[in-house]
Amino acid sequence: MTDNYDVVLVGAGHNGLVCATYLAKAGKKVLVLEANATPGGCAATREFSPGYSVSSCAQWLNQLHPAVTRDLALESHGLQWAARELASISLDLDGQHLTQRGDHVEGGNVTAADSAAFREFHAKTTKFAKLLVKAFEARAPKLVESNLTDRLTLIKLGLGLKMLGRDDMSDLMRIILINMYDVMEENFDSAQLKGLLSLDSLLGSHMGPRTPSTVFGYLYRRVGEVFGHTGHAQVKGGMGALGQAMAASAQAAGVDIRLSSAVASIDVDAGRVTGVTLADGQQIAAAIVVSNADPITTFERLVGLRNLETDTARRVSQIRCTGGTAKLHLALNGLPRFTGLDDRQLGQRLVIAPDMNYIERAFNAVKYKEYSTAPALDISIPTVHDAALAPAGGHVLSAIVQFAPYEPEGGWDAHRETFTQLIVDCIASYAPGIKQQIIASELLTPADLERDYGMTRGHWHHGELGMDQVLMMRPFPGATQYNAAFDGLYLCGAGAHPGGGVMGLAGRNAAQEIIKRGAAA
Amino acid sequence: MMLTTPFHSRIAAACELNCWGDWMGYTTPNAYIDVELEYFAVRCTTGVFDLSPMNKYRITGPDAEAYLNRLVTRDVSKIRVGRVGYTVWCDDAGQVMDDGTIFHLAENDYRICAYARATDWLHWSALGFDVTITDETAEVAALAVQGPTSCAALTAMGLTGLDQLKPFGLTEFDFEGESLMVSRTGFTGDLGYELWIAPHKAEALWDKLFAAGKPYLIKPFGTHALEMARIEAGFLQAGVDFMPAEEVVRNGRSRSPFELGLGWLVDMNKSVFNGRRALQQELARGSRYRFAILDVDGNKPANHSFILKGNKQVGTVTSAAWCPTAKTNVAFAQVEMPYGAVGDELVAEIYYQRELHWTRVLAPCKVIDAPVFNHPRRRATPPGNF
Repeated sequence: MTDNYDVVLVGAGHNGLVCATYLAKAGKKVLVLEANATPGGCAATREFSPGYSVSSCAQWLNQLHPAVTRDLALESHGLQWAARELASISLDLDGQHLTQRGDHVEGGNVTAADSAAFREFHAKTTKFAKLLVKAFEARAPKLVESNLTDRLTLIKLGLGLKMLGRDDMSDLMRIILINMYDVMEENFDSAQLKGLLSLDSLLGSHMGPRTPSTVFGYLYRRVGEVFGHTGHAQVKGGMGALGQAMAASAQAAGVDIRLSSAVASIDVDAGRVTGVTLADGQQIAAAIVVSNADPITTFERLVGLRNLETDTARRVSQIRCTGGTAKLHLALNGLPRFTGLDDRQLGQRLVIAPDMNYIERAFNAVKYKEYSTAPALDISIPTVHDAALAPAGGHVLSAIVQFAPYEPEGGWDAHRETFTQLIVDCIASYAPGIKQQIIASELLTPADLERDYGMTRGHWHHGELGMDQVLMMRPFPGATQYNAAFDGLYLCGAGAHPGGGVMGLAGRNAAQEIIKRGAAA
Repeated sequence: MMLTTPFHSRIAAACELNCWGDWMGYTTPNAYIDVELEYFAVRCTTGVFDLSPMNKYRITGPDAEAYLNRLVTRDVSKIRVGRVGYTVWCDDAGQVMDDGTIFHLAENDYRICAYARATDWLHWSALGFDVTITDETAEVAALAVQGPTSCAALTAMGLTGLDQLKPFGLTEFDFEGESLMVSRTGFTGDLGYELWIAPHKAEALWDKLFAAGKPYLIKPFGTHALEMARIEAGFLQAGVDFMPAEEVVRNGRSRSPFELGLGWLVDMNKSVFNGRRALQQELARGSRYRFAILDVDGNKPANHSFILKGNKQVGTVTSAAWCPTAKTNVAFAQVEMPYGAVGDELVAEIYYQRELHWTRVLAPCKVIDAPVFNHPRRRATPPGNF
C-alpha cells in the first residue's frame, strides 16, 4: 500500500464508509483508518458469549437512505434482510399489548377515537418528516452567506413549508420546538400509545417526554418512513453484516481500509490539515482528512483544543453530548415467553414504555447521574428471524435501555450488577420465566459504548439532537457544511448534519461537499 | 457607584477644575488645571498620569507562553523575560478585540494590560491550556511618568540606574520595602516610564514622586492632554479608532489588524493564533479599509469628519487634534480601499461651531507615512539629562 492518498478518513463507521465510497467513486484515492478490528462502527455484531451474537449497538435498521443502499449496491455486497416491516408492540403487564404498524394502531386500551386520531397524526407527521428530508438530503444551508446551493435548499424548505397549507404550517411551527408530552396529550387518550410514541421521540438521547425538542426527535425518527422503511427491519447476521457490506462496497470502489489502526492525532499547520498520526507513531500525509469520529473526539482529542481558535474551542466545549442509553444483551437457552405474546409477535419490536410518566420518571434518574429503577426498553429477539445468531435452540435478547448515566456516583463497577438485575427484573415482569433461561448477560453502559465505539460520553448521535444542535447549528455554528476550522478538514459522522441513526446521509452529504470543493478544499 | 483609584485622594486635591470622566467605571480626571499646560508638561518637562483603571490580567502556569501565543497575533516567544510587547488580539473572524501590552515578568509569568474587560475571553481561550488567569486590575496601582525630564525626576526619587533601562524594558526597585516595577512604556510617544506598585503604597509613591519631581516641573495630566499626545504620536485608542470586536453589534463595523495599520503585529509564521484563518483569507482577498494618518490643511481639528475623494465619500475620521509640538493638524481616518495610500490627496469635510454659528470647511488633506511626533529621546538609552 502506498501512502499517497487524496483523502484519509478517520473511522470506518457506517457514515465513514459511505463517505469513502462516494469519494472513491468520484476518483479520489481514499484510505480509511479504523481503531476497531471490524468495520461498521455502530453497525456492529458481536459474540458476547460463546456462540451467542447480537447487534451490539444499533439493533434496528429503519432509517438507511435508499440512495445509499442503491449507490453502494449493498445488497450485492452481502446485505440480507432477516425480517422487514416489523411492528412495534408496546407491552402491558396484563398482556393487553398495543400494536403499531405504519398508521395503524390496535390492541391495548386503544379506543376507536385513538385509532382514528393516530391515523390523522401519522399522516400529518409524515408530511412534516417529508419537509425535513428536503433539508436532510443536502448540506445544511447557511443563512448569512447568499449562495446558490444554500438558497435552493432554503427555497425548497420555504416552499415545502408553504405547501403544507396554512393550518399544518402553523401547527408545525407550533410543535417543532415543544415537547412530546404536550403534543401526545393533545392528540390521544391511550397511555400506552402516548408512551410508545414518546419513547420513539427520545431513543438514544438524554431527554424525557417533557423535554423541549422531543417533537423534533420524533419527526427525525419518522424520516425513515419517508425513505421507504415501513416499520423496523432486522439485518441478517446482525448490524455488523451491514458494516461488512459497506466495507465490501467501499473496497470494491477502491477504498483502502486499515483495521486496528487507531488515529492518535489529526495534524494541522497554518490553518490547514496536513494528515494524521497513528497511535504507533506512523504519519500519513493527506490534503484532506475526513473525520467520522464525533466532533468532540475530533476537535478535543485528535486536533487538540490548543490548535483551535478560541471561538471554535469554546463551541466544541459547549456541545451538548451526554449519553443516557445502555444496551443489555441476554443469551437464553430457549425462546422466552412474554405474557400474551405468540411466537410470531416475539419477532417484532417489543417496547416497555407503558405511559409517558413512566419514561419521564426513568429520565429523572439520569439527570442526577443515577440509573432508572424502572427503565424504558426497546427489545429485539433477533434469533426469531435469524437462528444463526445463537446455537441450536438458543436465543438472544437485545434491549436498548433508557436511561443509564454516563458516570454514576461511585463508577459503573459499583452498579453494573445491580442495574443488570434490575433490567432483567423489569423484563421478567413481562416474561415471567426468562430469568431461568439466562445463560449469560452483558450490559453496555454509556461509558462502555464510548470505549467500544468511540462515541464521546456514549451519545448515540454524537451530540444531542436538539433544535439548538441541528441544521446549520450542527455540530456547532461555524462547522456546518462539514468543513470546520481548517482547510481540508471535514466531518462526516452523526455529529454532522443531519445527525445520527444508521441513515448514511451525513457521510453522503459530506462526500458531495468534498467533491464539490475539489482538490483545493 | 463609581470606583476610585488608589491615587484618588492626591488626584482630587490636585484637580482644580474638578473635571472628571469615566474610565471603565473609575473616576478619572479629564483635566487638572489646563489641558494645554498639561500637554506641554508631557512634551517639555514631566507629566504624571494615573493609569490604574487599565485592565490587568496575570497569566501564569506551564502553558502561559503557548497560551498567549495562541491568543495574540504576534510571536510572544520573542518577548524575553524583562521585556514588554505591544500587541493586538483578534476573534476567530480576524477582527481586533483589543490592543494592549504583554509584560514578561518571569518564565511563564506574564501580565497583559488591556483596554477592555477580557475575563471571559481569556478564560474561554484557556480551554486546553494549563494556565491560571488572575484579574489584577485592583491589585496593582499604576502611574505613567512621561516627558523629557521623567528619567531625571525618577532618578532623583531614588530609582538609581533607571537611565540604563531600554524602551520596552522592565525592571524592579525597592520602594519603602515594597516592590516597585518600572517599565519604559507609555502612551505619549515621548521618553517615559510606567510605575506599578501595590495599592497601599500608591499615595506614598505619588507624594515622593511629586516632591522629587518638583525641580523638574512635574505636573499631573488628565485624559484630554493624553489624547493630544497620543494622536500626535500616532497611537490608536480602542473604542475610539476601532470598536472592540466583542462590542460590535452591527455587521462589518469591526476591523482587522491590517485595516488598522497594525499588520506589523501579525505574525503569519505562527501555526495557530486567533483569527489566523480569517486573516490568511483577508491577505488573499484584500482588506476592506485602510488606516490613514492625515495631515489636514488649516488648524480646525477634523473631528468626526467625512473624508472625500472628489465628490465620493470614502472614509471617516476617528481621531483628530491640532498637535502643538509638531504644529500639524492631524487626523486618523478609516478609508475604504483602494483609497488612502501614502500620498493620496483627499478632502476632510469639517464642521465647526463658533458662537452657535456653524461653518463647513472642505479642508484638503494628504495621507502621510508616519506619526508627526517621533522624537529621538523616546528611544535613546541612556536618555539625555534634560
